[in-house]
Order: sequence, then C-alpha cells, then structure tokens
Amino acid sequence: MSEGQASRPAPWDEATAASIVAARGQEPGAMLPILHDLQAAFGYVDAAAVPIIADRLNVSRAEVHGVVSFYHDFRDHPAGRHVLKICRGEACQAVGCRALVDHLDICHGLATGATTADGDLTVEEIFCLGNCALGPSVLYDGELIGRVDAKTLDGLVAEAREPR
Amino acid sequence: MIPRIFIPVDASAVSVGADRVAQAMAHELAMRGIAADIVRTGSRGAFFLEPMVEVATLVGRVAYGPVTPADIASLIDAHFLSGGHHPLRLGPPEGLPFFAHQERLTFSRSGIVDPLSTADYRAHGGWRGLEAALKLSGAEIVEEVTRSGLRGRGGAGFPTGLKWRTVLNAPTQQKYVVCNADEGDSGTFADRMLLEGDPFGLIEGMTIAGLAVGASIGYVYIRSEYGHAFRTFSKAVEIARAEGYLGRAIEGSDHAFDIVPRLGAGAYICGEETSMLESLEGKRGIVRAKPPVPALKGLFGQPTVINNVLSLMAVPTILAEGAEAYADFGMGRSRGTLPFQLAGNIKFGGLVEKAFGLTLGELIHDFGGGTLSGRPIKAVQVGGPLGAYFSADMLDTPMDYEAFAARGGMLGHGGVVVFDDTVDMAEQARFAFEFCAKESCGKCTPCRLGATRGRETIEAIIAGRDVERNLALVADLAEVMADGSLCAMGGLTPDPVVSAIRHFGADFRRPFRTAAE
Repeated sequence: MSEGQASRPAPWDEATAASIVAARGQEPGAMLPILHDLQAAFGYVDAAAVPIIADRLNVSRAEVHGVVSFYHDFRDHPAGRHVLKICRGEACQAVGCRALVDHLDICHGLATGATTADGDLTVEEIFCLGNCALGPSVLYDGELIGRVDAKTLDGLVAEAREPR
Repeated sequence: MIPRIFIPVDASAVSVGADRVAQAMAHELAMRGIAADIVRTGSRGAFFLEPMVEVATLVGRVAYGPVTPADIASLIDAHFLSGGHHPLRLGPPEGLPFFAHQERLTFSRSGIVDPLSTADYRAHGGWRGLEAALKLSGAEIVEEVTRSGLRGRGGAGFPTGLKWRTVLNAPTQQKYVVCNADEGDSGTFADRMLLEGDPFGLIEGMTIAGLAVGASIGYVYIRSEYGHAFRTFSKAVEIARAEGYLGRAIEGSDHAFDIVPRLGAGAYICGEETSMLESLEGKRGIVRAKPPVPALKGLFGQPTVINNVLSLMAVPTILAEGAEAYADFGMGRSRGTLPFQLAGNIKFGGLVEKAFGLTLGELIHDFGGGTLSGRPIKAVQVGGPLGAYFSADMLDTPMDYEAFAARGGMLGHGGVVVFDDTVDMAEQARFAFEFCAKESCGKCTPCRLGATRGRETIEAIIAGRDVERNLALVADLAEVMADGSLCAMGGLTPDPVVSAIRHFGADFRRPFRTAAE
C-alpha cells in the first residue's frame, strides 16, 4: 500500500523490480498497479524502474516518467522512516488545520514537504481523507487519526523521533 | 444464544479509537469468561457518537457511545449485553433524533450488517435486485432504471437510464462498467462508508449495470487516500467471486460479470470521468475532450457506463422495490434520496440520507445541531472544493439540483462543509485557486495558468494592493476559466472564488491590511 509504512521497504533491487513488473505485465492498464507495487516494495519508484516498465508495457520511457511524475503518490526518492500526512481540505480547514500546519512548522521545524535531518519523519499535505465529520485529520504511517490537536501532533512527532 | 456486540470498523470510527475499543472489549470479556461475538460493522454515520457500540437484545439493538476502552469494564458491570442502563446508553439507534427523521434507502445496511458476510447481506434485503434483474432483458432493466428517475449522484446529475441506454445500444462486443469511487471532494465520505460498510451493495449494483448494458467486466476506481476502503472492498469482491455472485455464472445463470478494484494515486482530477479512464488505462490523468462520450468510446475505446458509487448503490433498491417506489421520494426532477454529508465545523457531523427538498438550514440545524465551536455560521460550502460558498442568509435553499443551480451553486456529491464566523473568505478564495493549481491536469490553458495567476491576484488583494482593480481582474479571469476549460476543474474553480467575493465582499476589502504593509 502506498500510504502505509507498516513494513520497512527493501533497498532498490533490479531483479526484484523486474519480477514485480512481470507479475502485473499482462493486466490491461497495468501501469498504476505496477507503480503501487514497486513503491510498496521499495518505498519509492527508482528511476531505474522506468525502462523496465517501458519495455514490459511497450510504451516509451517518457510516457512512464510522465505517469510517475503526474501522480502525487509516487515518490522518486525514499521518504522518512515515518510519514505524517496532514489533511488540508476545506472540512479540516473549518476546524483549524491551518493552525496545525503552522504548529508543525513553528514548533517542530517541519514545513509541509520537509523531512527531518535524521530521516525519521516526513510531513506532507493531503487533500481529504474522507474523515470530514471528525477533523482535523492526519494519516500517520497509513493510520487515520481524527480530531487531531497540537498535542496529538507533538505525540506523533515524539514517537517518530524516538531512538530506534 | 451467544450475545452479539457490534463495533464499527469504519475508517472514521477507527480514527477515534474503534479498534482500541474492540480490543479492550475482547480482552475484558475473555478475562471475565463471558462468551460473546464481536461483529465489526461499517458505521451508521453518526460520527459524533463514534465509537458507537451496539448489542443485540430481545427488543432489538441498543447503542452506547461514544465508548472509550476505559468504559468497557463499567459497561459490562452495567449488564450492557442485555441493554442495561449506563451513562453512555443511547437506546435503540433507529430512535436517535439524528436517525429517526432520515429516509435510508442507499444507507439501509451500513453500520448494521457484517460488511463481509453475503448471508447477512441477504438477510437485510440484499441480492433481491440482482435476482429480479436476472429475470429481465437488458432493455427491461434500463427501462426500470429510467422510470425511477435516478440521476447520477457523482455531481452532474445526469439521468442514469439515458446513459445506460446509450451503452446498451452501442453495437460492440466488449463493454465496461466503471464505478467512480474517487471521492475527492472535501466534506464527502458517503462512498467511503459504503465501500467499507456495505460493499456487496455496490457489487450488486454494478452487476445489474453489467447485465443491463451487456458488459462483463467492471472496474472500481478507489482513491488511494482510502486505503482502508480499498482493502475492505477488494476482500468483498473475492468473497462474492468465491460464492458465485461474481464470475462466469452469476448465481448459476449464464450471465458473466467480474469486478476489478483499482487504486488511484493521489490526483483529484481523476474523479473527472475521462481523466479516470486515462488513469485506468495506465496513463497520466489528462482530461479527454468530449465527444465522443464515454458511453460510446470509453475505457480502452469501448462503450462504458461510468457511474458514481451512490448511483450504482441505488440500483438494487430500484430493481427490488420497483421504479415507482423509488421515484416516490424527492421533488421536481430530483427523485429518490441523496445521502448528504455534514462536515467541517458541525456539532453532529455525519451521514444524513433524505429525499431531496429539505433546506440547507434544516440539514445544518435540525440534523447537525449548528457549529461545533458554538459560534455563528458564516459560510457553507456545498458540493466540494468546486462548489459555491453560501452565506448564512441563504440557508433556506432547498437541497435540490435545480434550486441550487438557481443560486449559483451545486449539490455535487452532497457534501456540506460548515464554517463559523472565524473564517476569512479571502483566504478560502485563495485556497480554491491554490488547489486548482495543484490539481489541474494541465490540458487547458485557462485552468493551468489561470489558477496560478488567480492565486497571485487574490494574494495581492489580501495584501491590500489595488484591491478594486484586482477584483475586476479576478472576475475577468473567472469568466475565462469557466468558458475556456474542458472539465469542471477549471470550469467550476471560479464558483467558490466568485461566490466568496459576492457574498463576503468585506473580507476582500480590509483597510487594516493596507495599513499593515
């Protein structure tokens, strides 16, 4: 699953990537499922995967790169060990998500899109998690959390930065 | 008889601790040696009461909520298993004010049944629509759906029967049914709830659509932000296939239909139907020009029915109960019910299914109980990020496609986001452009460039620079975007902006901002 970090991603490996691509190669419109599988395995889509996919799906490398870069989900480099996605949709805005985004930035030095220097935590924005009656909402390592306040965020940041 | 306890596994309920409650319940029951079945259901949609725990008693279900793990011991002490009294006791859920005045057709099962049990689904009226459809010809099914007056619930409100007839009459072998579950509008969660709480309802609706138009394959495009829903729905598809409700011989008939769940990848634009087709085909989600309409040239170039989750979920009821029974609900040309979603700064947020025609104010006050903050309502956005902002004196607008259009708004997917008087509408207008700039597919220049220029211009207005001239510029830009974009992204982004300026002009003309510079 792209949004979760439940299992630690493996380091990039071309043979594994090729078998992931081959496993899906016959499906009609296999591109997105393949990219999701690659990201689930490695935590990102390595540039070296592009020619493998292009070859298998009989499309140009430019086309594969175009798809990878079009969708917000696909990363071209690994994220931090933990990922915190904070919802910035209107329903969460109505219950104060802007202040929470500012709190992460001001109190923890984590602007949206930033990763801590030690690689422990990446903070990203997301638009709507479908939890609009119980906002503000975040997704922490794939887990949906509702009615989030600054204290919840402090706890998540502390948890993410605990020594391994 | 072993007592049955129902605890939601709906993502929203889990987001406020339903899993922890279920674990604590199982643990405490085991410690005390009490045998009981814990059934994980979807949510009924009273999210302000989640986690809401129910027990089956001799007089029907009794609800308790919101329950925390710390409450479990006292609930058991209070004999909640037989409906005993406790400060958290809510009584029969159907009798709660939030539910008592709803008209639940599409949401008749969510929160009640085990979402992964086909038998439970059948026990609550499931599969009857499909079984009725299996006795009819494709044309007869289309006729029934047409007579029901069902209009697409995704946003556009297009007559479903008309769409199906076009696909039915298309002279090709391979056709597709595509379900749009890319519910990207902030303030909406109805599709998610159904995918998690009543997945067989969607499977049944899609299968009927397949029978109606002669399609043997259906795709469900679920947004990646809904990982939990994707997993539940995928499991339901596997179960349906294993039990003969999908596959080569549906319920032993000679009809074949199967469903492939597909995960989106974080692109709002893929909720636009042609962009979604591109995405399903493995491409960038770039909007296609219409015509040709997808009903004639859709997925992989073949005739394709594209419907929203709510539209397809309404179909089994129509086939089971008859077109007239469905059409009896609603007003004017808006027939049936619409699941409204109360969201944002709202005291009693959740899912309200009602016939069209109640007013926005009734929805927000009578069901929603006003704002969560207790402050006065300032603005309401209906229909997602592309929907217009309504002011507090427009709450008398009836919830009906035409009535909303007459006031420059749209019902869209039924999401209602409430803001209190602390909201700065200039900032909301700025955000509308920012969101469009982030999510535009880039095909149409007015949308691709206009969104960025619009954001810059609103920022200038917020900073107090040339306010009136820049407001005129925004009005001009809004017209170009609305007229010069292929799809609703560029075409409707001006709606929240223009409505914010029209109804909340003072927020754009704040003298102190100039002074502060």
